[in-house]
Amino acid sequence: MTKTTDLRYQPGFSLITWFCIAFLYAPIAVLVWFSFNQNRSVTVWTEFSLDWYVKAWHNEGIQNAALVSLEVAVIAMILSTIMATMAALVTTRTAPYRGLNLSVAVINQPLMVPEVVTAVATLIFFAIIKQATGVTGIGYLIAAHTAFCIPFAYMPIRARLEDMDLSLEQAGADLYAPPFKVFRRITLPLMMPGILAGAMLAFIVSLDDVIITLFVAGPGETTLPIYILGQIRRGVTPEINAVSTVFLGISVILVTFIFLFGKGKNLGKQ
Amino acid sequence: MSEQTAAAAIDIRATSKIYGVNRATGVVALDEVSLVIEDNEFFTLLGPSGCGKTTLLRLIAGFEQPSQGEILLFGEHLEGLPPFKRPVNTVFQHYALFPHMTVAENISFGLEMLGKKADEIAATVSEVLALVQMEQLADRKTNQLSGGQQQRVALARALAPRPKVLLLDEPLSALDFKLRKEMQVELKRLQNETGITFIFVTHDQEEALTMSDRVAVMRDGLILQVGKPRDIYDHPARRFVADFIGDINILKGKLLSKDGAEASVELDAGYQGKASLPESSENLAEDISIAIRPEQLSLVDDSTAASFSGSIREISYFGSGSDYEVTLSTGEVVTLRLQNRSDVNHAHQVGDRVYLLVAVGSMQILAD
Repeated sequence: MTKTTDLRYQPGFSLITWFCIAFLYAPIAVLVWFSFNQNRSVTVWTEFSLDWYVKAWHNEGIQNAALVSLEVAVIAMILSTIMATMAALVTTRTAPYRGLNLSVAVINQPLMVPEVVTAVATLIFFAIIKQATGVTGIGYLIAAHTAFCIPFAYMPIRARLEDMDLSLEQAGADLYAPPFKVFRRITLPLMMPGILAGAMLAFIVSLDDVIITLFVAGPGETTLPIYILGQIRRGVTPEINAVSTVFLGISVILVTFIFLFGKGKNLGKQ
Repeated sequence: MSEQTAAAAIDIRATSKIYGVNRATGVVALDEVSLVIEDNEFFTLLGPSGCGKTTLLRLIAGFEQPSQGEILLFGEHLEGLPPFKRPVNTVFQHYALFPHMTVAENISFGLEMLGKKADEIAATVSEVLALVQMEQLADRKTNQLSGGQQQRVALARALAPRPKVLLLDEPLSALDFKLRKEMQVELKRLQNETGITFIFVTHDQEEALTMSDRVAVMRDGLILQVGKPRDIYDHPARRFVADFIGDINILKGKLLSKDGAEASVELDAGYQGKASLPESSENLAEDISIAIRPEQLSLVDDSTAASFSGSIREISYFGSGSDYEVTLSTGEVVTLRLQNRSDVNHAHQVGDRVYLLVAVGSMQILAD
């Protein structure tokens, strides 16, 4: 590509680039910046301190919310990843059948439905069950999170399986491995990066969720995002900034892992 | 027992493979093919893509089930046996080496699955690594290997369990020319040393002729001709086989009389001689097609009783020899290939009138 046709040398390129970066990250930068503010204000800077992090760490409300979030996210991650793995295997490792595309669409559908619709639907559905059985508890919240995490976990696992050369599994069978051994010794190790990426994605999506949680969570089931939302109504302090920054850090670390796992391409495909 | 020792390595009986619901609406990949492959043979399935050669291989390996017919391996029916219960191994087109295992782990995989003991596995692995000259690379991951090395590992992995038959699915197609030549010799050597029956699939006619004990030429799900490379090259039974393997001239002629496996023929271009008859010659009409290889023709400057004439249309030089395209009196163009030897005068020019001779026993009548 010559200098004159390369997009990077078009007039205004750097201006637009910097605008986009600012548009995406300026609010987050401000949030992180003021989490280190010594002052109570989230708009006027005085001096650097970690006070708000210490304060947040000792805040019982935040502690409880973080534990609930973690419990829900970990269980939802495990359950949704198992189901997504099975779904991905069925939709890539069987002979094409009528309705295969429909199955894939059904699995991915929750991504298309407005979240508030899912939230209301889940709320009503759970209300019916609760009324009929009398059972309550955090299980409902976990079930709801598991459900909306499945498509997120499904996508990277399916992508990984689709990239994998089918002749690897045939080679396994050719070398006297019965189907279960082929799965355990060849398919599973090779799809592991996809499973890990899917699991982390599911974890983050669960950790982040507000709308469905807001509708489904019962008393004492306040997750971290819901807690933050509640605090903000009473006025923002840099404590919220500090919690959000930790949250951001966790997300960035996990997304980096997903990216790195997703990259380990070599799947024997030529 | 006596029947088993006499049994062929592979006996394919009227086997068809149809993709789809039935013969009318589906795709017939293999059409009632019967074929016997003997023990210790290097047998090649040769044909253009889509001819059914790979389908046949996959039926033997067990990756596909035949729609009709049966396949026997040393006298035993393979029907219903999944791939992992068949004592045959495959070298895949793109090798299909397990990327998460080392070379040695790849090779020991099949032995482990067969339940061999650890010391026996270790011994066999080093034995086959030596066989393919890859001893130093046992602990490498397969993605650190070159194409030729991957090829050798794939071979070692497939040979390690000592299969009764080794299936090779165009394993050389991904290699460059020089490496391919090397591996051809190597494969032939491996087959000799192991005594295992090799079934080799390729679309490369030269590869087939170089390596094989016998070749089956396939097209459209049918086997057109089976024979030793030399028989197939010298006596192609049908126009497709003649065309597909090597260069050949196909000329129009008349059938004068039959005499055993031979016939007297007359080329329309004005030449009489003996030609070999194809296997099924009953239905031959008077008008026939006669095949002559370019190297079986020679040029003389003066007319003799045995020659026929034409004029040179084009000369293409390719180092060791030259191809002369000669237009005959009928308008047909034949190619003849002459060696460029310093003791032979090749002073012919385009447009020269020349006389052609046909080597005795080189004319073959084609069945269609």
